Amino acid sequence: MARKIRILVAKAGLDGHDRGARIIARAYRDAGFEVIYTGLHQTPEQVVSAAIQEDVDMIGLSSLAGAHLYLFGKVMDLLKAEGADDIIVTGGGIIPEEDIEKLKAMGVREIFLPGTSLEVIVDWVHQNVKPR
Amino acid sequence: MSRLYREEEVREIDSEKGSWQEQMKKQLAVRPPRKDEFTTVSGRQIRELYTPADTKDFDYRARLGFPGRYPYTRGVQTSMYRGKLWTMRMFAGLGSAEDTNKRFRYLVSQGQTGLSTAFDMPTLMGYDTEDPMSRGECGRCGVAIDTLKDMEILFSGLPVDRLTTSMTINPPAPVLWAMYIAMAEKRGIPRAKLGGTIQNDMLKEFIAQKTFMCPPEPSMRLIVDTIEFGTREVPRWNTISISGYHIREAGATAVQELAFTLADGIAYVEAVLERGLKIDEFAPRLSFFFNSHIDFFEEIAKFRAARRMWANIMKKRFKAKSERSLWLRFHTQTAGCSLTAQQPFNNVVRTTVEALSAVLGGTQSLHTNSFDEVLAIPTEEAATIALRTQQILAEETGVASTIDPLGGSYFVETLTDEIEKAAYDYIDKIDDMGGMLKAIEKNYPQMEIADAAYKFQRAIDRQQKVMVGVNKYATEEEIPVDIYRADEALEERQIARTNQVKNSRNEKEVKNALERLGEACSGNENVMPYLIEAASAYATLQEMCDVFRKVFGIYRDPGTF
Repeated sequence: MARKIRILVAKAGLDGHDRGARIIARAYRDAGFEVIYTGLHQTPEQVVSAAIQEDVDMIGLSSLAGAHLYLFGKVMDLLKAEGADDIIVTGGGIIPEEDIEKLKAMGVREIFLPGTSLEVIVDWVHQNVKPR
Repeated sequence: MSRLYREEEVREIDSEKGSWQEQMKKQLAVRPPRKDEFTTVSGRQIRELYTPADTKDFDYRARLGFPGRYPYTRGVQTSMYRGKLWTMRMFAGLGSAEDTNKRFRYLVSQGQTGLSTAFDMPTLMGYDTEDPMSRGECGRCGVAIDTLKDMEILFSGLPVDRLTTSMTINPPAPVLWAMYIAMAEKRGIPRAKLGGTIQNDMLKEFIAQKTFMCPPEPSMRLIVDTIEFGTREVPRWNTISISGYHIREAGATAVQELAFTLADGIAYVEAVLERGLKIDEFAPRLSFFFNSHIDFFEEIAKFRAARRMWANIMKKRFKAKSERSLWLRFHTQTAGCSLTAQQPFNNVVRTTVEALSAVLGGTQSLHTNSFDEVLAIPTEEAATIALRTQQILAEETGVASTIDPLGGSYFVETLTDEIEKAAYDYIDKIDDMGGMLKAIEKNYPQMEIADAAYKFQRAIDRQQKVMVGVNKYATEEEIPVDIYRADEALEERQIARTNQVKNSRNEKEVKNALERLGEACSGNENVMPYLIEAASAYATLQEMCDVFRKVFGIYRDPGTF
């Protein structure tokens, strides 16, 4: 049997809004993925080290307090530095349209904005993430 | 008993209702109901019609009474909005202390009647701007406060002896309050004259909002310190705002919001009584903060039930004697989580309806969300529309002319009773667990809320619940909205200012003050005088919070989902 897709759902920085991240974590679990949730208040270093230790195929980052450019950028840099940039990274939360291009240029594969259905997000994972 | 209807009349109404229902069923057989079930946003079943038969045992004097009289269902003040409108208090905080001061002055010039401060994430978590944890977050979702210097700039030119100030701050609430007191006293305004509120409600942080610093037990101790200090020295200050708002935003139902908030209130009261204060000394300064969500009648019923329940809890459970101890005074904010990033102008309408619920529910103060708040920090234009919304409700619509206009509605009274009963069931369960601190340790409220949030999201995905512009009436094209952009250079400027403060202060004085603070924390002396001393010496927020962290330890999110 093929290995299940492993996903790290992560909250970087001081932002405490975890309603979305926890709902997504449940939706991934219900969809049959293996899910690790970091809990709140992680540094980008902690997120990347958890991703490598847990050998995940994807990281789902969540940000609702405006620090996404800095925090997501830091995660992408650290993944590159660790040679782990084959891990697919997505982001979600309150992110202005004009920042989406910047985040994609950093290597974030997809941004899910408020109002995106869980089904759409789970489908995206099925289509874009394969166990490594 | 003062029943609303004669028994015989109720019987007749009930029997006519039976025949009407038969008729309705026939009609629905031809034209089926629009939906399989009619439920509130919290999932509560709503019947097609309410009549006097639903409230047949209703005892007017016991259940409602009069405004300003027990059980306060109709309002805590005798004259309610006939005498004084609710306080229009817009939550504001952005960028630097200068930026927020400018927004405060603008809002006051536009007729706002109280100040409400939003802090940035580092401040909320007790870190200075220069700490590595703070990078990228300075001034993003509120104002950055590192030292008393920032506090002085934030309130400069504002009459803090006449305006009341609310500060949404939790783990470092005693520190920010100490800075505020120090700021006012440097301006010659004695602490006894200061009016305002610190949120200072840590239980709901562990449950829902998730800004935390120290573990639950020492967090409670610091809260009791502030309540004790306020009771003695800052008598016009609300030392805690027991908050359901964030519980609701995290995905709770209306009943969970109400029940967990009152259970938190019970836990605080018990802790302060244990310190040795008498109930009527401090209970009058306890204040509350609720969410006003999109389900119009359910929210009104929730506010009414909240007042009746708290009055009952204070009187029966805690034997309060003073009338003021029984009052559930509350601030309301419209529901951020009901707003949509899609078609954002629709949010003006949602906020209006939610604000109307709060007013019909008898709120003491109100923040109306700006339509762009789901996208970024509100622009001045958007904040103005939100303030105008309140002014239109207050001064054009006539809804503030009579007290509790929905009192006696068969529907609203039934809903009020149902919500009250369901909330008491939760409180009983939490009592059985040994109180809210124990329930939080068991992860009980956290998981109840997570379940409700997930259920709601699934209902949206399945279109069982509608969000206009999101899962119905969605459009491809979006009208562009101008949003507030954070100042990228702010972080460095803020770090420079704090360094300047550090270079010009008396280091020895700071060191001594922090040492004394540490001793107070380790012992059982009230920390507030030591915090005011340290704040006055320009100790930084983090220097003071690091003392807490060192003595009390750090709380980590269990990360359950």
